[in-house]
Amino acid sequence: MRKIKSVPDLEKWKEQIISKEKQHEAIISVCGGTGCHAYGCHKVKNQFAKTIRENGLAKKIRLKFTGCRGFCERGPIVTIQPQGIFYQRVQGKDIPLIISETVKKGKVLEHLLYEDVITKRKATSEKDIPFYKAQQRLVLGNNGLIDPGKIEDYIGVGGYQALAKAIFEMNPDQIIHEIKASGLRGRGGAGYLTGNKWENCRKAPSDGKYIICNCDEGDPGAYMDRSLMEGNPHSVLEGMIIGAYAIGANQGFIYVRHEYPLACKNAEIAITQAKKAGFLGKNILGSGFSFEAEIAKGGGAFVCGESTALIASIEGMVGEPRSKQIHTVTQGLWGRPTNLNNVETWANVPLIINQGSQWFSSIGTEKSKGTKIFSLVGRVKNTGLVEVPMGITLREIIFDIGGGPQNGKAIKAVQTGGPSGGCIPASLFNLPVDFDSLTEAGSMMGSGGMIVMDEGSCMVDVAKYFVHFLKGESCGKCLSCREGLKRMDEILDGIIQGKANGESLVLLEELAEVVADTSLCGLGKTAPNPVLSALRYFRSEFEEHIMKKKCPAGVCIPLIQYSILEEQCTGCGACKKICPAQAIEGEKKQRHRIQTALCSKCGSCKDICKANAVMVQ
Amino acid sequence: MDFKHVDTIIEKHQGKRTALISIFHDVQDEYNFLPEGALTKVASRLQMNTNDIYGVATFYKAFSLTPRGDHTVTLCLGTACHVRGGLNLLRELKSHLRIEPGQTTADGKIFLQAVNCLGVCAIGPVMFVDGEFHGGMNSIKAKRIIEKIGRKRNGVKHEEN
Repeated sequence: MRKIKSVPDLEKWKEQIISKEKQHEAIISVCGGTGCHAYGCHKVKNQFAKTIRENGLAKKIRLKFTGCRGFCERGPIVTIQPQGIFYQRVQGKDIPLIISETVKKGKVLEHLLYEDVITKRKATSEKDIPFYKAQQRLVLGNNGLIDPGKIEDYIGVGGYQALAKAIFEMNPDQIIHEIKASGLRGRGGAGYLTGNKWENCRKAPSDGKYIICNCDEGDPGAYMDRSLMEGNPHSVLEGMIIGAYAIGANQGFIYVRHEYPLACKNAEIAITQAKKAGFLGKNILGSGFSFEAEIAKGGGAFVCGESTALIASIEGMVGEPRSKQIHTVTQGLWGRPTNLNNVETWANVPLIINQGSQWFSSIGTEKSKGTKIFSLVGRVKNTGLVEVPMGITLREIIFDIGGGPQNGKAIKAVQTGGPSGGCIPASLFNLPVDFDSLTEAGSMMGSGGMIVMDEGSCMVDVAKYFVHFLKGESCGKCLSCREGLKRMDEILDGIIQGKANGESLVLLEELAEVVADTSLCGLGKTAPNPVLSALRYFRSEFEEHIMKKKCPAGVCIPLIQYSILEEQCTGCGACKKICPAQAIEGEKKQRHRIQTALCSKCGSCKDICKANAVMVQ
Repeated sequence: MDFKHVDTIIEKHQGKRTALISIFHDVQDEYNFLPEGALTKVASRLQMNTNDIYGVATFYKAFSLTPRGDHTVTLCLGTACHVRGGLNLLRELKSHLRIEPGQTTADGKIFLQAVNCLGVCAIGPVMFVDGEFHGGMNSIKAKRIIEKIGRKRNGVKHEEN
């Protein structure tokens, strides 16, 4: 690899890469995101490589193994350039056909196209698919175009141009001014103005400063940071180098969850390559500015997403948060000024520097600028990663992009903000998605998890889920969080067991208030949010559990019963065979019956029944 | 047990105290858990109090102080997997394997763990078995996978991904 020493050098390298890319007659990109891995994209990629080799097309076709394309529900995903054909659910047997028909003859294979559920219309390219139509993929878009293991691919799409611009055409104050003017707010959840944070860190006097990229994506139900770090690590790194230059830091850390081995690996490769190319290390691009970056692995503690706990963890200590009377921008890692931003925040920086703050601030709402990536998951048809302009409504995300209910049951709520957020009921789906509206509704933007719930989801169960989660993740430093969450968990458990009484909710609300008021860090302060928002919008569900000892959604095990509908049962015997408790009786081709006393309520019969005859009440 | 690999690991991280978590990860990769002998060695090499070493080793969920089974079955209990029936799966796996999460079956074959999120939320409920993701799980599919690994010989190679 060549070492880039100046802007014209970088320009020349980019041109060479583009002209080399143009020599290929076709580019086949196989999505290598983790979702697609579960569907066997490794096999698909290997099969492509083999078929290309066997057909003697190695020089004519470039095979790319890209990062996550977002539409995880339909994986493995394959795109063919230059036509831009989008194939989904590709299997090994389809590959010879793709090569012989699509690549050689330009013929589109109908059976691999996405078909719209309502209109039954087939979509040839990404832009025709409703899931992608309403999105604005500024940060995620390059994921599908580049092989994360090849810096050349990133250079080819304009990578490191922003760094060159920042270093040679701007001074640190101008960069900070640009980030401030863009209105970029931290994507990790709190939504603090990034430019202000940078400015405070720059102003803090010290003999050394640090920057940190927070990739400890602990929010259950969210995986945007994972996909960015796995699919486009150079964009994050470029943002970090620009930030370091503006703040005056010479050392940076990328803190990655240990559960994300591919993100660790790709970030490591990106660091090595950027160093070789002269974007990292001493005398970057011949400017005299030096910056080193390294990876710090997490140990599986949710609380380490909090900045001071994360810093303690990098220092090799127990991840306990500390008081923020003095902010980390003044006194952070090893007592020195430290600027910490989330993966997505860093990835937005090169875009702002390249295209200007005015362009960036033209997207979004008055106080929330740019786009936001959400992980749209749960009980919705099209699951995956979506990137939308701020201000779009929840309805547009869930119904236009997400395609609505997953299996016919009406959608009743969406959970945003992870364990610090809350559930927003369907009646508020016209709410614009931005930092302030979501907070007003009793939830929050958070890092971007959007978990859709339908009539089959019990809100008491969801509230209990989050409290149970946080109880396990509380570091134990503050009494109110450590003990308060335990008591809240017990009360919620009592409701689910059918043992609660009229006073339970009063006590629950009182405890929630104390935990929020008296905890030190964000984990405890926001811990009651899921419970309070569930009580605010779905109180009747709690009351039904307490007064009638019934779970209307059919989720809470002690309050439900399984039965078989006579008119639906075909007598196939599948349920009888699978039942681990031998609780089902009935002769072949006759109606089957569940003996309630023996039933362990495992749900196996419901999973296996093809006639939909198993009911939960 | 021979702990000479611990020295190599510590040297790889230049004996830095700040690399403690990374050192633990490497030790666990080598020995499958954090053996007592390895921890005391790390403590003496990094000139740390053994008590502090244990403090860190027990604070982070990634580390185990007891040996794990030959095969690791990780069940995701993230929110997306939860609303699609993750807890039901856990109940079934527990009764099928007769162990609690964090434990290994009596024959030493299967280590069961439940985690808060694997970050593959779109295809939940998700189970991660010996380096491979399985999406869209239900109790029947999960049992089939468990039965399959029960028949396999020990020492499954982890897929590089």
